[in-house]
Amino acid sequence: MQTSLTQAMALTYRGDLVLAFRRWEQIAQPVVFFTMVTTLVPLALSPELGELREIAGGVLWIAALLAALLGLEFMYRADHADGTLEQMLLSGQPLAWLVLPKTAAHWTASGLPLVLVSPLLAISLGVPTDALWTLMISLALGTGILSALGAIGAALTLGLRRGSVLLSLLVLPLAMPALIFGARAVDMAIHGEVARGPLLLLGAMFVLSLTLSPVAVSAALRISQE
Amino acid sequence: MNWTWFHKLASPPHFYRLAGRMTPWFGWPAFLLIAVGLYGGLVLAPPDYQQGDAFRIVYVHAPSAWMSMFVYATMATASAIGLVWRIKLAHAVAAAAAPIGAWFAFAALTTGSLWGKPMWGTWWVWDARLTSELILLFLYLGFIALRASIDDRGRADRACAVLAIVGVINLPIIHYSVNWWNTLHQGSTVTKFDKPSMPFDMLWPLLAMLLGFTLYFGAVLLTRLRGEVIRRERDASWLREELAR
Amino acid sequence: MLRGVSLDVAAGQVMHIAGSNGVGKTTLLRVLAGLLTAEQGGVNWQGRPITVNFDSYAATLAYLGHSDALKADFSARENLAHEVGLRRPVTAAEIDDALTRVGLADCRDLPARVLSAGQHRRLAMARVMLTSAPLWILDEPFTNLDHAGVQLLSGVIAEHIDSGGAAVIAAHQPPAIPRHTVNCVNLA
Repeated sequence: MQTSLTQAMALTYRGDLVLAFRRWEQIAQPVVFFTMVTTLVPLALSPELGELREIAGGVLWIAALLAALLGLEFMYRADHADGTLEQMLLSGQPLAWLVLPKTAAHWTASGLPLVLVSPLLAISLGVPTDALWTLMISLALGTGILSALGAIGAALTLGLRRGSVLLSLLVLPLAMPALIFGARAVDMAIHGEVARGPLLLLGAMFVLSLTLSPVAVSAALRISQE
Repeated sequence: MNWTWFHKLASPPHFYRLAGRMTPWFGWPAFLLIAVGLYGGLVLAPPDYQQGDAFRIVYVHAPSAWMSMFVYATMATASAIGLVWRIKLAHAVAAAAAPIGAWFAFAALTTGSLWGKPMWGTWWVWDARLTSELILLFLYLGFIALRASIDDRGRADRACAVLAIVGVINLPIIHYSVNWWNTLHQGSTVTKFDKPSMPFDMLWPLLAMLLGFTLYFGAVLLTRLRGEVIRRERDASWLREELAR
Repeated sequence: MLRGVSLDVAAGQVMHIAGSNGVGKTTLLRVLAGLLTAEQGGVNWQGRPITVNFDSYAATLAYLGHSDALKADFSARENLAHEVGLRRPVTAAEIDDALTRVGLADCRDLPARVLSAGQHRRLAMARVMLTSAPLWILDEPFTNLDHAGVQLLSGVIAEHIDSGGAAVIAAHQPPAIPRHTVNCVNLA
């Protein structure tokens, strides 16, 4: 008698989340990085909140993107190193479906903290409070897209020397469309406009990447184990 | 339908000989067409009433840009064929084509930059098409870097194949996003690299260049492919006999 | 590179893959497990190639590779619950029984990273036992085991064969499985 697919997915999600919380640096590192990079901007440019507000959308998005990239380091590498990835391929459950809870767990431990911290950083860059919801929604979708697309890069570069640099090289071009619309959404919100268009497009990209990337990820995982 | 010709093509010794015979049929017409196209474009075609003689760079810029996209599509198709039917030669096509495509993208960017200087006084503009071209170059570089990082050839082939397919699916999304981003900030100004309206004596050299570039790509691809085949089949006996001839 | 290998395994059989280091024992086992694809030829299970519906084939086998496939931050219990649970619903009682059988009852709640290499192997053994899979593919399963551990594992494998299972074992030395003869394929 085999475990049902939904049970297997729930088990995978819970398991990964428990493991992530036991190694809290998986959660802390991207957040600290996000904060530090955001701090670089006033230091490099100007302490004037008026000026910072104009570029805040782009800055927050770029910093979040880079922090999320850092978080991608934790995807699949430990599983590959300790051999549990092999067992996942042999679990008898369809691999593409198991990839979904793994991506979700990664986002929960890596992307969601960024979303939660973003309002504080936004305020430090002079972003008005009315824009904060748009910021969080756009980042939630954006980090979600990055977890889904980044999983492809993570799976392709498993076990390679200098894999982390290569991972960034592969994932960044794919993340550019999300950056364009995400930063634009925040910018519009800062100037008092409703950012409906960009957010909807971001949502569409999120759905697309969530549905299509598991196929690529499972193919890449099998290839990496050969 | 009889597919033996397809499978025969996938056999390295057969392909190696065929490619050797076909290369001059691509190479010489390419040389001719490019020579004729360049003469037609640089000398014969009348100067554009808006841009003067500077527009002539389009005769290298446009075919390069077109080829960079065509080559990527070729890479992705070859990769898909290699993945689905497990044909190693298809992966070799992708591997051989990637650097050529990257150079076309680079040429498109450089000529685009050169075009910009006399027209608008800057060496670079964040025009939608140029930006898309730049991102395409990044995709090429990622593909080449991934291939170089994986020692096992089979794994490298398959991993790059997945990457190429993911890239080709993302290309329209990237293109559309960059377009949108560009119109957003430019407002109603016309795209900077609008081709001047083309009467026939301006157009035919462009078509000649395009065809010439395509044939040039064919010739170079076949040559590089033969090199790939030699590298992959290093230890095979058929190769020793072939090279002894 | 492995060439010209052909073998058959039936229920109730133990197959020993012999050969010196580097000859390809691990490669062969990975091909059998479906982790690697042979360039020519293939693996059939019950008459059908494993590539047709691979997941149902994977559900019938338990693979023990060089790594023990254990999460360092999970306790022994959690490791078993997580890995076996992916394949079939497993109760806490079954897990405790398995841990007792392999001599790890005292280490139930210890995180795997504090266990020794030999204990890791025993835990991996418990995992293979719990999956209730008919086919066991074991790559050098006796590494890191002391004499008692080797006896234990041989006994566990023997019980598995008794109940109609099959096992393919790669090892330097021929494994001594009580009550059963071991067929040997030498790759050298």
